[in-house]
Amino acid sequence: MIALFYVASAVALVATAMVVTRPNAVHALMYLVVSFLAVALDFWVLGAPFIAALEVILYAGAILVLFIFVVMLVDEGPAGVAREKRRMTPGGWVGPSVLALVLLAEVGWIVFQGDATMTAAKVVAPKTVAIALYGPYLIGVEVGSYLLLAGLVGAWHLARGKRAARE
Amino acid sequence: MAHVLWLIPALPLVGFLFLAIFGRRLGENAAAAVAVSAVTGAFAVAVAETAHIVSGNLTGVQQTLWTWIRIGDFAPRWEFSLDHLSVCFVLVITGVGALIHLYATDYMHGDESYSRFFAYMNLFVASMLTVVLADDLLVLYLGWEGVGLCSYLLIGFWYKDPANGRAARKAFVVTRVGDAAMAVALFILATHFGTLRIPDLLQQVPHTWVVGQQIATLTAFMLLGGAIGKSAQVPLQVWLPDAMAGPTPVSALIHAATMVTAGVYLIARTHPIFEIAPTAMHAVAIVGVVTLLIAGFAALAQRDIKRVLAYSTISQIGYMFLALGVGAWSAAIFHFVTHAFFKALLFLASGSVILAMHHEQDMFEMGGLRKKLPVTFWTFLAGSLALAGFPLISAGFYSKDAILAGAAETNLWLWVGGLLGVGLTGLYTFRMVFITFFGEAKHEPHRLPSPAAKTALITLAVLSIIGGGLMLPDYMGGFAPLGHFLEPVLPTHEAGHAPMSEPVMALIASLVALSGIGLAWWLFGTRPAFLERLQSGAFARGLDRFMLGGLGFDTLYDFVFIRPFVGLGKLNHRDVIDGVYEGTAALTEMGNHEVARTQNGKLRWYLAATAGGAALLLGLAIWG
Amino acid sequence: MTQIPFEQGLMLAGLLFALGLLGVMVRRNLLFILMSVEIMLNASALAFVVAGARWGQPEGQVMVLFIMATAAAEASVGLALILQVHRLLHTLDADEANRLRG
Repeated sequence: MIALFYVASAVALVATAMVVTRPNAVHALMYLVVSFLAVALDFWVLGAPFIAALEVILYAGAILVLFIFVVMLVDEGPAGVAREKRRMTPGGWVGPSVLALVLLAEVGWIVFQGDATMTAAKVVAPKTVAIALYGPYLIGVEVGSYLLLAGLVGAWHLARGKRAARE
Repeated sequence: MAHVLWLIPALPLVGFLFLAIFGRRLGENAAAAVAVSAVTGAFAVAVAETAHIVSGNLTGVQQTLWTWIRIGDFAPRWEFSLDHLSVCFVLVITGVGALIHLYATDYMHGDESYSRFFAYMNLFVASMLTVVLADDLLVLYLGWEGVGLCSYLLIGFWYKDPANGRAARKAFVVTRVGDAAMAVALFILATHFGTLRIPDLLQQVPHTWVVGQQIATLTAFMLLGGAIGKSAQVPLQVWLPDAMAGPTPVSALIHAATMVTAGVYLIARTHPIFEIAPTAMHAVAIVGVVTLLIAGFAALAQRDIKRVLAYSTISQIGYMFLALGVGAWSAAIFHFVTHAFFKALLFLASGSVILAMHHEQDMFEMGGLRKKLPVTFWTFLAGSLALAGFPLISAGFYSKDAILAGAAETNLWLWVGGLLGVGLTGLYTFRMVFITFFGEAKHEPHRLPSPAAKTALITLAVLSIIGGGLMLPDYMGGFAPLGHFLEPVLPTHEAGHAPMSEPVMALIASLVALSGIGLAWWLFGTRPAFLERLQSGAFARGLDRFMLGGLGFDTLYDFVFIRPFVGLGKLNHRDVIDGVYEGTAALTEMGNHEVARTQNGKLRWYLAATAGGAALLLGLAIWG
Repeated sequence: MTQIPFEQGLMLAGLLFALGLLGVMVRRNLLFILMSVEIMLNASALAFVVAGARWGQPEGQVMVLFIMATAAAEASVGLALILQVHRLLHTLDADEANRLRG
């Protein structure tokens, strides 16, 4: 089991690194899908099967598909790919890398403060999650639905054409 | 009766307030009525109080109004005190002042700021009365500053001409120098005695300070400085000739009869301090004699009739200072009274001449006005005779003689100087008379004096003639009501050793005066031919220019004070102090620019900034 | 029961987050920036799951659900905005959209 965890983590890391560095948008999105699938596997190993399923269905399956649609709509073809390549200069990576490393170091320092405990990964069944969700965290569910409604309306309005907006 | 003393300065003050607030809506007649009645009312009250003092044989009348300031032990009060010395001044200020106000009702007719003029005049009278009635040096200083202010306002009355504003500022700045000295004197007195109340001070000073003590001499010199400034004596006399830019009634009231005599009043009032500082007394006399000679020479070369009178005023006040300096206190006050009469008269009469000549002030453009303006001529003549000290029939003769007698007893050179001044006075005065009123008429008179003006002129003329009776010398019977009146307040002049007896000295002085007048007649009345040749020489013209410019004082001050100051100002053109403020502003602006550069609208920059901030905060949280 | 090292799980989440942050800062194309944001959100979801597994509580998963809802709303609105930007500026360069500069 633990080997699965490490393998999935490695795949996720490599795939994420590839996402960030590809000039072609579609390629990047493919790598992103792979990354999410690997992370879903990690979730399952950690005893969260419900969330693992949702990760695949919602995140990889819905949100990233939305991304793919938009990429298709604003597709610039090979010219766009070439431009992306041009923009990513090696010099431009230095600053952000430093910043990210600093942040990472700080997080690492915090994380490794405590004792290295081995966690027993108990499986938290969907039933437990559901009871928690519709029990004490009901309000979160309601607010989440408002958020989704707002997102729906906003996205629909913003994505309309100019002429449509004026009618 | 004491409780109406406050009315004397209060009536003109109310007049000022009324005219200042409602003046615009009043017509000329109403404004004139308010102003004249205010001063006349003050005169009436003054006369009543004087009668009260005389009949009751009192030393004076006091009235305390309220405590002005109270800081610890220092508590000056608003107190008015009318004693024998201030009676003279109050009567002159209100009496002559009322006559001048009356004259001015016609002179200023048609002026667009009629009521403003009378408001200022009333304020001036109120301030001047405060000076002479004050029983506390601090209140006196308030009045002192008030008259300075009114002098400025009235000199620059016709403010639309920038030259008038310059003259007003010059007057104010120069007298400021004197005021600063006087303030130092007040500081010294307040520190040493803890009070500025005049009776207390005058009592304590002779007991606390020894004769000739340094601090006493310093205080006296500082007071002298204040007096020099206000009374336009050397070296601060440069403002008075330029002050003639103001309307003629102003020149008459402020720069002849009253404000310029404030210095005389100050020294007379604080005479105990001067008496224990002999060096300062000598200085007073020397200042007096030097001034009277310098001003006399300057008057000789002037073309503007008012400037002749201005230098004449400086010269005559020099006589008063001379009298004070030799200890002839009552002679100085006597001369002040007579001078007020004849100098005011001369100014008012010259005002009539100026009005008649379409506001022309150059004497050489006038001539032959003797027949055209009879009342003006005869009154002017009366005043001139008094000024020149014509023997026996003019008031000026008696007052000047009293001064010369006192001078002779102290120092023969002072007497000689005074005598020379008498000759000069006769010469320049009658030069003025002969050029203006005799000879060929150049222009026709345009505006004749009104009944109001004539009343003022004639009254003052009469006073100029008979005023001598106030203090006749001993050899003429010694009828001297003024002298006796002043005895309680001013020390009597001890008869020192004079080189010759009084009648002889009087005779010599009369001869000098008459010869001055005769010389004037010969040079300017008959106009001999050689005068033209003499005047056209280069030396003569240079000398004329020198004397015309007040013997070079203005030029001297220009080089010594004004040019360095302006030069320094130019050095500091980009003001150093301003630089501090501008620098701060510039720095802030630079900082703003730099910070504004972080707002470049680029999403990635903002994200990077957020990430950086997060790293910083985390770091602080962990290790801070 | 698999024993998963707690700190390593969190470090994994941190690494993924850092990678996402890097992508956000370096890439100029708005689409890539949005993708990197999704990566970051996902990383935080992972952290929550690890924490939830540590204590054996469902709260971790509940939080992840909320994160996913947020990500969905934000992605849809963001993509709609990208479409608008593309229509207006005819480019997806983030540096071009700098009209709010001070």
